[in-house]
Amino acid sequence: MRHVKNVLMRPEVSALAMLIVMVIVFHFLSPAFLTYGNFQVLLQPIPEVALIAIGVTILMIAGEFDLSVGSTFALAPMVMVLAMAAGWGLELGMVLGLLAASCVGLVSAFVTLRIGLPSFIATLGMLFMVRSLAIVISGGFPPPFPRELDLWWIVGRIDLFRVSVIYLIVIALLLAIWLRRTDFGSWIYATGGNREAARDMGINTAMVKTVCFVLCAVLAGFAGMIQTFRIKAIVPTMGTGFELTAIAAAVIGGAALTGGIGSVAGAIIGVFVLAFIENIIILTRVDANWFRFAVGALIVIAVALNHLTRHMAARIKIDEEAD
Amino acid sequence: MAAPQLEVRALDKNYGSVHALKSFDLTVNKGEVIGLIGDNGAGKSTFIKILSGVHRPTSGAMLFDGKPQRLRSPRDAMALGIETIYQQTAMVPSMSIMRNMFIGRELRTAGPRGFGYLDVKRMGREAVAAIADVGLHLRHPETLVRDLSGGQRQGVAIARAMHFRSRILILDEPTNHLSVKETLKVLEYVERAKAQSITCIFISHNLHHVEQVADRIVAMARGRKVADQPVHELSVDRMIDLIG
Repeated sequence: MRHVKNVLMRPEVSALAMLIVMVIVFHFLSPAFLTYGNFQVLLQPIPEVALIAIGVTILMIAGEFDLSVGSTFALAPMVMVLAMAAGWGLELGMVLGLLAASCVGLVSAFVTLRIGLPSFIATLGMLFMVRSLAIVISGGFPPPFPRELDLWWIVGRIDLFRVSVIYLIVIALLLAIWLRRTDFGSWIYATGGNREAARDMGINTAMVKTVCFVLCAVLAGFAGMIQTFRIKAIVPTMGTGFELTAIAAAVIGGAALTGGIGSVAGAIIGVFVLAFIENIIILTRVDANWFRFAVGALIVIAVALNHLTRHMAARIKIDEEAD
Repeated sequence: MAAPQLEVRALDKNYGSVHALKSFDLTVNKGEVIGLIGDNGAGKSTFIKILSGVHRPTSGAMLFDGKPQRLRSPRDAMALGIETIYQQTAMVPSMSIMRNMFIGRELRTAGPRGFGYLDVKRMGREAVAAIADVGLHLRHPETLVRDLSGGQRQGVAIARAMHFRSRILILDEPTNHLSVKETLKVLEYVERAKAQSITCIFISHNLHHVEQVADRIVAMARGRKVADQPVHELSVDRMIDLIG
């Protein structure tokens, strides 16, 4: 019973159950769903969206929002490509792009933690400002992406996947270990779960939140670079709307809007749930406009399921807890 | 005679134009249980926030074992062995008992603070042992604090304070929102702390609870100390007069 309870308590368990049910149902809805060719297409954008969702989830665990990830997703590669066009080279371009992303995170953190605005408002402002910056610095005509560049090390094809999947797996594993098995990870959960208590126990909660803001922005910027490498073009409007996809994935994966609850695995499962839904709508030739309806319905169902499983877990009484 | 464990001299605290604490003096000896009483806004919370390093005083001095100390953060206070258990905020409900026991003081197998790998096994063992020491029986350190009763939470908080060898334990309204049975448990935890010669500062609106555990009563009103005398010299009615 103890183990059943522990499993049910995990934030991503209901999302995982939902994902498994979806795979089975979708397999019967369309024989094309569980095929090599379909997954080859379906998996393409997964690393990019998942990296954003992981960042948003970790920030949400710390008790804050970032609505500007879609804009940062465009700004970082834009800075990178412009730096490359100016002859600075790929490596330095990437460093500058990621620095630009971390500045976005720092500004959001400053406005939220120092000035004291809700992060929802602070990053809503950043959403517009950063998008505008990405367009302005491109001068309206972004430079062409240097197609001759060898990018196999990051977006090369390995059978079903691209190399970027390996980056995702490594980053996800490292961040999952960081969250669950290090003292800083514990501070993130404590800060989001009860900021007062964390502060009273001597944790610098503003520092913890700032680290999460910056991490979230850097992951979004890196994700934007991967997409730029993959499609070998830079568009200043790329990533529009990704903030909502990322928050949807985080919430479907069990992250609590109020902070303190969530997991890296949940974020990834949430991304797959959304990708599968979009995919099945295309495969079954349902009017694509239903996609948003499905996403909306899924969010509500997922959160309801989360509540239900947690309620079930809480009702499993373990003998001595009666005390 | 040895210096008192804690001595506070002429402590003042202004929040803008609000004078929350006015030349407050207090001397506490090792192993004493002080009942700190006063109405809302009397300055009790201000005093304990200063003593626990959350706020800094506007002026005045604090001496621990005769040595003047400046507390710049809760960590400074904790390093001196001052542990505060706040009424509502002591625990993170969404985290396990074990994680709560070690927030900010996690046991690490490797790495410096902030970059450390957790020693989950040892944290679990020590959490269970510390909780058993206060007479509470929770064998599973992974249980979420959310699933504990109010009295159990206070028990875990007190176990945490005792585990980290705190020398001065500040309890802010520890019996609020608790059932009668659980209140008795909490008062029992205080007795156990006292038996281990841990100094306690017990803050409560419930003067009957204060009377039960305290050796000495310190009453506050409008930012000032208005009484400081042994508990047997006071009746509950007299206490009400003092803080009114």
